Amino acid sequence: MEQKAIKHTSGFWFAIKSLLSGLALTWRHFRKARNRRTPEYVTDDNYFKQPDGLVTLTYPYEALPVPDNGRYRLHNEIDDCIVCDLCAKICPVNCITIESVKATEEIGTTSDGTKKRLYAPVFDIDLAQCCYCGLCTTVCPTDCLTMTPVYDFAEVDIKNMVYHFTDLTPEQAEEKKQLLARQQEEMAAAKAVALAARKQG
Amino acid sequence: MLAFVLTLVLLLGIVIVLAYAERKVAAFMQDRLGPTEAGPYGSLQAVLDVLKLLQKEDIVPAAADKNLFKLAPVLIFAAVFAGFAVIPFTPSLVPAGIGIGVFYLLAIISLDVVGLLMAGWGSNNKYAMLGAMRSVAQIVSYEVPAGLAILSAVMICQSLDFQEISYQQGALINQFPGQEYEMNWLFGIKALGINTTLVGGITTWNIFRAPLLLVSFVIYFIASLAESNRAPFDIPEAESELVAGFHVEYSGFRFAVLFLAEYSMMVLVSLVAVVLFLGSWNTPLPNIGPVSLAYWTSGTVGEWSSILWGGFWLLSKTFVLLFLQLQIRWTYPRLRVDQLMHLCWKVLTPLALAVVLGAGIWRLLMV
Ligand code: SF4
Ligand code: SF4
Repeated sequence: MEQKAIKHTSGFWFAIKSLLSGLALTWRHFRKARNRRTPEYVTDDNYFKQPDGLVTLTYPYEALPVPDNGRYRLHNEIDDCIVCDLCAKICPVNCITIESVKATEEIGTTSDGTKKRLYAPVFDIDLAQCCYCGLCTTVCPTDCLTMTPVYDFAEVDIKNMVYHFTDLTPEQAEEKKQLLARQQEEMAAAKAVALAARKQG
Repeated sequence: MLAFVLTLVLLLGIVIVLAYAERKVAAFMQDRLGPTEAGPYGSLQAVLDVLKLLQKEDIVPAAADKNLFKLAPVLIFAAVFAGFAVIPFTPSLVPAGIGIGVFYLLAIISLDVVGLLMAGWGSNNKYAMLGAMRSVAQIVSYEVPAGLAILSAVMICQSLDFQEISYQQGALINQFPGQEYEMNWLFGIKALGINTTLVGGITTWNIFRAPLLLVSFVIYFIASLAESNRAPFDIPEAESELVAGFHVEYSGFRFAVLFLAEYSMMVLVSLVAVVLFLGSWNTPLPNIGPVSLAYWTSGTVGEWSSILWGGFWLLSKTFVLLFLQLQIRWTYPRLRVDQLMHLCWKVLTPLALAVVLGAGIWRLLMV
């Protein structure tokens, strides 16, 4: 294959010229430093019309607005949750912990009309582990687990990254467990009685 | 003693301003904001950084040569600081007005190199040693073109006294003892017949008095960047590629002193450039007929007015050069070590030699 020499532009004056144009470039940026980017929403007309000036923002005081459907922190609307455990099963990093207690009777309906039969004494999502894949929100049958546009939720103590969504206090949870146990005892007793009656009969 | 304290305070003040300016200039040139949190517009950042460094633990490596290690930052800073002694700040204020100021300055600054070697050797760390060797090689090399450039200015001025050189570059020339009958001609060419002795201002700055000195100013400026380890000649540090140079083992206040020395060196070389080439503390405004701008903006020698005006002009010119140093740092990429030596020995040194020759001829034939 024929080799073509790359022609370098070189020489003293070329070097001087490029050195000066470099200085001019930094000087131009320095001069434009009076302008600053403003935090605009992406649909704003001005969004792409801020080509020069400082681009960084003083973050906690200014922030770029995130899209309305930004997907960051998880939120569970526990009232709509039927504690089906699907989200915990699909989660690739196993950061959702759910414990369930069967209710003694129907405990209401979710906003889309599904019947609720389970309590969730524990519904924890460890957002420090979560990889924000969104799989859990996809499988959720009642659409109660969603990703919100809140992205600024850093914590000093990592324990605070575990979000507890349950709406039961430990006492209530204990009470529900006992209710279930009593109901099951009663049912077992009733069954035993029925069994005994059949044997006699 | 008073001069010592004054110079130290002034120097520390300038260095703090410089450290802050560097961050802001760097940020602005890269479209960033720079420090904003500490103080209004982050102006306390540099001060707080010093406080932070003061609190840090002073670590001396167990296997280091303790005496050398501890002494090195002191020596480096002292060498640079001693250089300030001969810089004339105003027409009547010089910390130490000695007749061989230029010579003294070049000699005392060279002591810096010994400090660097002490730091590198004393750290007992091969990276520090290599870093020190690189720094020393660079500084020693660049002292040659810098020295030659200074020599050409000295030849034009026929003096080794910074204050005398300063007086020569302005309308106050005849007020210096021994210069009562000196004259300045436009571009130093008597044949043109334009006497600028009483015009002063920019027309009597060294780079105008002898336009050849413009070349030596550029040579000196480039060489001085290398001497103060500034980009694009900052391979002694190269903190982004290497673990930093000779000061890799230093921590806390000793590290701060090394940095202080580097920044002081920047200030010092800029001051020398201003004094030798850019009219020192003289005003840039010339007398034009009855409008004696030069006299109005110089004050009367020996009074407060001259101290204030002189200090103002000297510092503002220095700050322009310092800004240029910062801008260069954020513009040009770092040179490789062989490119660095090529520039020094094959470009700058021959050019500086030619300028020295030219300056000699100029002095003989023109003035
Ligand atoms: S987003 Fe992904 S990682 Fe996070 S909880 Fe849901 S399934 Fe698990
Ligand atoms: S998938 Fe939805 S409904 Fe089922 S447990 Fe998870 S959050 Fe609750």
